[in-house]
Amino acid sequence: MIYIFDGSLTGLLTAVFEWFERKPGNVVLKTFETFQPEAFTPNLNIIPDVEKSDRVWKGLQKRLKKDWLRKFYCSYLSEIPEAYNHLFHFTIYIFQNDVGAEANYGNEHVIALAKYAKSVEREKHRMEAFIRFQHTADGIFYTGIDPDFNVLPLISNHFKNRYADQQWIIYDLKRKYGLHYNLNTVEEISISFTEGVNKQNPAAILMDEKEELYAVLWKDYFKSSNIVSRKNTKLHVQHVPKRYWKYLTEKL
Amino acid sequence: MSDRIREKLNILADAAKYDVSCSSSGGNRKNDNKGLGDSHFSGICHTYTEDGRCVSLLKILLTNHCIYDCLFCVSRKSNDIKRAAFTVDEVVDLTMNFYRRNYIEGLFLSSGIFKNADFTMERLLLVVKKLRLEQKFNGYIHLKTIPGASEELIKEAGLYADRMSINLEMPTEAGLKLLAPEKSHADVIKPLEFVQQNIVQFAADKKLIKHVPKFVPAGQSTQMVIGATPESDKDIMYTASAFYKNFALKRVYYSGYVPISNDTRMPILGTQPPLLRENRLYQTDWLMRFYGFKVQEILNDANPNLDVDIDPKLSWAIRNMQHFPVDINKADYKMILRIPGIGVMSAQKIVQARKFGKLRIDQLKKIGVAYNRAKHFITCVDSPYQIRDYQGTQIKAFILADSQSKYLKTASNQLILF
Repeated sequence: MIYIFDGSLTGLLTAVFEWFERKPGNVVLKTFETFQPEAFTPNLNIIPDVEKSDRVWKGLQKRLKKDWLRKFYCSYLSEIPEAYNHLFHFTIYIFQNDVGAEANYGNEHVIALAKYAKSVEREKHRMEAFIRFQHTADGIFYTGIDPDFNVLPLISNHFKNRYADQQWIIYDLKRKYGLHYNLNTVEEISISFTEGVNKQNPAAILMDEKEELYAVLWKDYFKSSNIVSRKNTKLHVQHVPKRYWKYLTEKL
Repeated sequence: MSDRIREKLNILADAAKYDVSCSSSGGNRKNDNKGLGDSHFSGICHTYTEDGRCVSLLKILLTNHCIYDCLFCVSRKSNDIKRAAFTVDEVVDLTMNFYRRNYIEGLFLSSGIFKNADFTMERLLLVVKKLRLEQKFNGYIHLKTIPGASEELIKEAGLYADRMSINLEMPTEAGLKLLAPEKSHADVIKPLEFVQQNIVQFAADKKLIKHVPKFVPAGQSTQMVIGATPESDKDIMYTASAFYKNFALKRVYYSGYVPISNDTRMPILGTQPPLLRENRLYQTDWLMRFYGFKVQEILNDANPNLDVDIDPKLSWAIRNMQHFPVDINKADYKMILRIPGIGVMSAQKIVQARKFGKLRIDQLKKIGVAYNRAKHFITCVDSPYQIRDYQGTQIKAFILADSQSKYLKTASNQLILF
């Protein structure tokens, strides 16, 4: 049996609800995008239902501590098709066993979630580290990013607490939405960019006049703090994977 | 104007780069004044230099003018280099603007000693006070204690800094006397002790009184230069261990000496810094702090130096085969931590997972155990039956044969004839 859902968290939790209602035995969860009809396997379309998903989520909240709810949510944000299937089976496993079952690292779904969550947390941490704001002429600190996983919901508070006295925008260019902090709250925004604008590194005329100076000073600093006789390119690339270089002022 | 600030930054960042500490962890300063900055408990490395070291703080000297002439230091009086000094405002401006762009976690401020210790310490204090009080900056500040500065100044600095540190420079008193006759370990111990007493005092007050200001919340650290003088690894780690114990240090850093002078008392210019040795010392430090090893177990009169070809944990295991094999499904956590190929996270997962059933090899691999290494030291449910009892040296050979150490090339003692 294949369950097909729309990729939303509501859809995923609804799928769990449906499974318990029907108990159809062995089920694989797929999204509409990854679903390929198979000749002899029946399938079921899951219609996201807020009421059903809320019930499942409340049940999970009763059975899992905060750290595991976070692992659950992070795994979902990974947007990896297999992760959805693991989340589905993990939830069923948690409901079918005594409280505390999530500590069973010998279970394939438990270990899978721990792994996805770790990757997503790493990406989140890297965004906190590698984001470089540019001070625009209208006073907002802007950055465009395209992380592997959908981490904006995870980094919102970090930047809100940190930059309480400056307006900032973090824009996910891949998922086409962003966060804007207006000195009071963080709001979700979408920007319609004009054709030809470099969203990663907007033109110098859009920038505050001092922006270039600080970028240069930072590049200088990066160079001066290197010890040439200890050069270790392998280690450098391991810590700062090349796919992130386009974010980094010092690597441009 | 901008050219001058660029030149200053180049000189004073270059002079500060030999200070190893880059940690921004342990800070607990919250942004509760609608200012700038909020400390991340585990710290954040914002980038890494091409030599692979973390850049988390703007690490600079206030000045590289210095009245001392320590042989191992680039800023020594007799060295013919360009000198510069930042103004207080320049440091504050750089820190704030770098932080606003998310380049850094905060400031690491050290200084050459100009005029005298108190004069220098006062300048450092001016910078941190301006950042905290006028700019409402809540980022991380690591401040170097200037040896010989008065206790009032040190105590006041501790109210604004997150971490303070003071370098031992050489692992032994004799080594230090050789290269910096004007200095001694006592100059370091006194302020370390003073700050430590205050940390304890402030913590005790906090239990009784609600609003006690923070005092050096991220603790103290120190660093030693390795390989400039002929100390053994045992000398180095015993000193480190004693400092951890006596002053509750958060970290001891080991800095492989990078030759910067032609003096005959030290390795000549162009000698490679002892990177592998430095790495082994850090591994030992880790074993002491997170794995429950006593320094005497790893280094002693029979083994005064760490192995070059294998890490200290494996080395200990091979010398102590009587403790192995360990039954993964029964042994206590402390013993599981001592198995080569198993780290802290894997050990914790094993202890949790085995409550649900005995663990098998494939499960251990998924948990993250380096099984190829660990297999010589463990048994689990489906461990293959083994007739022979291998000697430590044989196991070492097995492990070396299927590992590809990045150091093998450089560590080879074999002469190459052709």
